[in-house]
Amino acid sequence: MAKQATRASYGQALVKYGIPNKNVVVLDADLSKSTMTTKFKEACPERFINMGIAEADMMCVAAGLAACGKIAFASSFAMFAAGRAFEQIRNSIGYPHLNVKIGATHAGISVGEDGASHQCLEDIALMRTIPGMTIINPADDIEAQLAVKAAMEMDGPVYMRFGRLAVEDVNPEDYKFELGKGVQLKDGTDVTLIATGLLVQESLKAAQMLADEGISARVINIHTIKPIDEEIIIKAAKETGAIVTAEEHYVMGGLGSAVSEVVCQNAPCPVKIIGTEDFGQSGKPAELFEAYGLTVENIVKQAKTVIARK
Amino acid sequence: MDAKRITELSIIANKVRKHALTGVYSAQSGHPGGSLSIADVLTYLYFEVLNIDPKNPDMEGRDRFVLSKGHTAPALYGTLAERGFFDPSEMKNLRKFGSFLQGHPVLGKVPGVEMSTGSLGQGVCVAGGMALAAKLDNKDYRVYSILGDGELEEGQVWEQAMFAPHYKLDNFTIFIDNNGLQIDGDITKVMNPTPIDKKFEAFGWHVIKCNAHDFNELEAAVNEAKATKGKPTAVIMQSVKGKNVSFMENNPAWHGAAPKEDDYNRAIAELDEQIAGLEAML
Repeated sequence: MAKQATRASYGQALVKYGIPNKNVVVLDADLSKSTMTTKFKEACPERFINMGIAEADMMCVAAGLAACGKIAFASSFAMFAAGRAFEQIRNSIGYPHLNVKIGATHAGISVGEDGASHQCLEDIALMRTIPGMTIINPADDIEAQLAVKAAMEMDGPVYMRFGRLAVEDVNPEDYKFELGKGVQLKDGTDVTLIATGLLVQESLKAAQMLADEGISARVINIHTIKPIDEEIIIKAAKETGAIVTAEEHYVMGGLGSAVSEVVCQNAPCPVKIIGTEDFGQSGKPAELFEAYGLTVENIVKQAKTVIARK
Repeated sequence: MDAKRITELSIIANKVRKHALTGVYSAQSGHPGGSLSIADVLTYLYFEVLNIDPKNPDMEGRDRFVLSKGHTAPALYGTLAERGFFDPSEMKNLRKFGSFLQGHPVLGKVPGVEMSTGSLGQGVCVAGGMALAAKLDNKDYRVYSILGDGELEEGQVWEQAMFAPHYKLDNFTIFIDNNGLQIDGDITKVMNPTPIDKKFEAFGWHVIKCNAHDFNELEAAVNEAKATKGKPTAVIMQSVKGKNVSFMENNPAWHGAAPKEDDYNRAIAELDEQIAGLEAML
């Protein structure tokens, strides 16, 4: 099974789909070797703009480029894109609904050794509050590449969340990416595991462990967090009656909140949100997942807890 | 510029001031002081410089203007109305519920407005992006932006101050409305951004100083900016906050306060008197 970080997929997709599209321009804030936009820079230097370490200016310059017909991909770490430049994204990109695509890499706790200052666990919450903002958090290489393509083809602002850590493929080679549609990876009747990004592979493993214990778990991958696929969530709530969400994000405002909003208002059932509840710290990603409960074992444990609450 | 044209522009600028004050008075909120200080440069840009078409606001290859000091929207709206983008009678709906004339400029709502602004420091950066777009496409349209002098305290202005010379954006001209006042008072006492000229020079800009209320000086500055190759131009305009309304001039109290009926009537009477005097010269 192939393993690749979704940030690498971002760089590859920019080359694959961005080079033929003459309107595409790629901006980066001195992190092109990490965000992997350097691949686009090497292939098409005339449409690559290094902004220096100036994320606020980058978001606004991207807005100006978009206002003049460009499809502007503004790239940085999630912390400095969604975090530092939140208000620029809100007022200069979201409010005028400009065609800017934010490529936010190094999201989540899997950044690892850099520690809490760089582990962005708030970005989904921040971006969700901006009307008209589309948010995609892909789970694997193929999904990440197709997400970039879909973002390029739609009009309006998109926030794309990529990770630093290599992830396993969870989707087949002939995978069809559909913006705004959740993907049911495994059917089940006792509980539904709804995950996004890196936690999708862990949820699949958890479902296998639950199966070994005679518990039937459905697994849904939500790559598009906004607009969220309400239909697949309501169906899962009604048919399985218990939901566990898992994400590499703060428990407030992320996937778990988005799912809960849908469930509470349409088909109430027990829900457990797995995510971080504090700032992160330095360490190897596996150590951090263990420390913050983002593990297969915890998903299994919480699945049993929500089933008991039915 | 010949004397007759200067007189004509002066009349237009005072009409723009009337529109701005009518809007702020009707809304009983808004920013009259800074609107009055930029009425002349807006008039000059929209009536003499910008390649635009009020009948076709989205014209291909048009020049772009971004009001970075978005709180002076009343002056921008007044100028756009006077230029024919929409009916000046709309000014009385400024800041009212349901009006397209929002408190700060909005892209897509107001014909002729090129960017949503209001959060200081952002408009000038967006304008820099527009200038870069023209360069990338080998197009010859030019981009202009007006910033407040207090706005220079926003850090991202200086990110853009590095960016525009780095990418040699000689199609980009910014005007700094140097009226010396911000909400809390004298800019040098609140957070001193001076020397403004030396700072922009050090960042690699061509710098011109001029009087914000002298059309000949504004014309010379724009021509010099157009002739300057390889770097953007910053025009530092010495201006008077509240210009042409005697009791508003140089008074920070009128930064963000709307006039009551008496003050509004006095202001309109003063501007009407000036317009009548100018018309008598034609």
